[in-house]
Amino acid sequence: MNYSEKSVDKIVKDHNGDASKVILMLQDVQSEFRYIPREAVKKLSDDLDIPEARIYHIATFYKAFSLVPRGEHEIRVCLGTACHIKGGKRIAEGFERALKVKAGETTKDKKFTLETVNCLGACALAPLVQVDEENHSKMTIEKIDKVLKQYKK
Amino acid sequence: MRLETPNKLEELRKSILEKQDPNKQKILVCGGTGCISNGSLEVAKAFEAELKSQKLKAEVEVKITGCHGFCERGPLVVFLPQSIFYERVDLKGVPDILKETLISGVPHDKYLYRMTKKDDPITKEEDIPFYKNQLRWVLRHNGKIDPTSIDEYIAQGGYSALAKALNGLSPERIVDEIDKAGLRGRGGGGFSTARKWRSVKDADGGPDNIRYVICNGDEGDPGAFMDRSLMEGDPHSVIEGMIIGAYAIGSNKGYIYVRMEYPLAVKHLDLAIKSARDYGLLGENILGSGFSFDIEINRGGGAFVCGESSALMASIMGRAGEPRAKYVHSSEKGLNDLPTNLNNVETWANVPLIINRGADWFAAVGTEKSKGTKVFSLVGSVNNVGLVEVPMGLSLREIIYGIGGGIPGGKKFKAVQTGGPSGGCIPEAHLDAPVDFDELTKLGSMMGSGGMIVMDEKTCMVDVAKYFINFLVDESCGKCTPCREGLRQLLIVLTRITEGKGKEGDIELLKDIGDCMTWGSLCALGGSASNPVISTIKYFRDEYEAHIKEKRCPAGVCQDLITFSIIEGDCIGCGRCLKVCPSSAITGENKKPHVIDEKLCIRCRACYEVCPVDAVMIE
Repeated sequence: MNYSEKSVDKIVKDHNGDASKVILMLQDVQSEFRYIPREAVKKLSDDLDIPEARIYHIATFYKAFSLVPRGEHEIRVCLGTACHIKGGKRIAEGFERALKVKAGETTKDKKFTLETVNCLGACALAPLVQVDEENHSKMTIEKIDKVLKQYKK
Repeated sequence: MRLETPNKLEELRKSILEKQDPNKQKILVCGGTGCISNGSLEVAKAFEAELKSQKLKAEVEVKITGCHGFCERGPLVVFLPQSIFYERVDLKGVPDILKETLISGVPHDKYLYRMTKKDDPITKEEDIPFYKNQLRWVLRHNGKIDPTSIDEYIAQGGYSALAKALNGLSPERIVDEIDKAGLRGRGGGGFSTARKWRSVKDADGGPDNIRYVICNGDEGDPGAFMDRSLMEGDPHSVIEGMIIGAYAIGSNKGYIYVRMEYPLAVKHLDLAIKSARDYGLLGENILGSGFSFDIEINRGGGAFVCGESSALMASIMGRAGEPRAKYVHSSEKGLNDLPTNLNNVETWANVPLIINRGADWFAAVGTEKSKGTKVFSLVGSVNNVGLVEVPMGLSLREIIYGIGGGIPGGKKFKAVQTGGPSGGCIPEAHLDAPVDFDELTKLGSMMGSGGMIVMDEKTCMVDVAKYFINFLVDESCGKCTPCREGLRQLLIVLTRITEGKGKEGDIELLKDIGDCMTWGSLCALGGSASNPVISTIKYFRDEYEAHIKEKRCPAGVCQDLITFSIIEGDCIGCGRCLKVCPSSAITGENKKPHVIDEKLCIRCRACYEVCPVDAVMIE
């Protein structure tokens, strides 16, 4: 979704303009636009009266935030310990080859963003891949194409 | 409806229980993250639909509960009151399960639990070895009640500890009781809960006499998910614990800090807080006692270091989660520079139990200095993966083999990793050690939040050490030099070793850097960050030496030190390896042995993983 000042206005109002809630506001901005647009940082800075630099500090410190637009679907390959010893790293490499991007990048057609994450807390399903909200358990190299196909439509 | 007195709560409980028929047929479907991912919600819907078409809907209740713990065998379904346990239930099985269990009264054989395919089935949940050897205190409601219903929690005796506390126990008496019980912080540090409470209680709360309580639900440890299951499966027990703690300490404001990766936990906690408020169990004048307390949820931004108390508080205040030096404790100056008491999810969930059943009852279980139970997430190379709760002092062997059912695929046990990235790897020689806070520390590991990752002979310990350091390089907040630079250097040396470029003296260098970090880092993340390296050197030094001196990875994991080949006699020419090979290094015709071109091979291991007859060899 493209940046709209009205949406940010509403987010600030939802949190009563309380500057200590800036992280929660950024989370809402992120889920609204799928990234943190520059304009939103500027507006939050003005509305909450905190320096832009502090907002950028937060936006780059926490993994939840991205300053560049994300793909339509987010693929998170879990690299928690249980997933690691069951080959999570190789699954991540498999996705990198299939999508022709590195972890952390978005495909050219803006369809997928590939990410590795440090444990989704569903270790019994290792190795685990999450696409958007959906979990794909006990992943194998062979299943990668099948999983991607589900979201390509 | 507001409950104005403790008596009103009891009346409500009675009226809920009166409406419930203990003999009513119930079908409990696990709604934990593991089972949901395997389709348990669809299974629940199918049961509903089938009951409707069989005109049984009025007599049978289908209930979605929190995590049952036995994630390996999900989706899990339990029939009450018969206590029949079904595993791996799929849509296809629903009509038959219903027909046989309810109409003919004989359990449907196909979905019953069997240790292995050859074993006889076990019908009842309590007879399954995975459950039989556990002591489920904290997890007592998980898998039994619907976490979205406060009435179900109240029916189980929920909030009676709160009523007891407000109705006759002085704050001082409550802290004494927790002290006598010997409860230690379940987040990993193992600090005495009562001591922490007392110091917050006695601290100067400023002109307005303000104190805060916080529940740490950030659970960033890779390999641990017990807090997630508790928050998702029994949110009220955490909230009840917090209210009792707040009353004992003299706090009117609480926060629950939950990772953003746990959306279902946020949803269930949010709902639980709202319904507790409606009943007057949270908010102004709780149960008419004059005591007021409310809770707010804070979603974390996805930073491991925010599990550290001062970083977590910085995050709640809307800043980057960087820890501070703790010359002054958070118990004196924490959130907004006011006294703050932070406990982990599991610690809070223990509090109502202690108040209800008494300190002596609690302290009768456990070891001399670690009382009660501990929940572990038993994962990795073990047959029965899932959440297990055991009395403190049970041995690692009893947990891994007795409850976990040992190592799958006939492989050999190599090590168990406990305590997350700050913990260590424990080898076979110490499997009989009793598990409590102090014993694990003696072995160079720690309790941590309770992740227990079992590793078999195919795990390279140098690679595991590198894995944790790599993780921590990402997660260090970067504020202090020993942690930021030390981790980077550890990673450089470990990478060198796994690439076959290790040098004489590297092991000593790793130890030196580790020492430096232990003494010089600002917070516990840096202070314990070298543990995975130090503990693997301690117990698996020969493996480091094989990498450095012989340029060999004994477990066959480190990419630069291994080669792949296909055993001609074993290959059936199925072509699966050829199909998955990303570098076209494999050639061969259908039904004839295939060959790997070593020059083209990128050692991605894909062929090894897909081969149905184990014909791919790693050297």
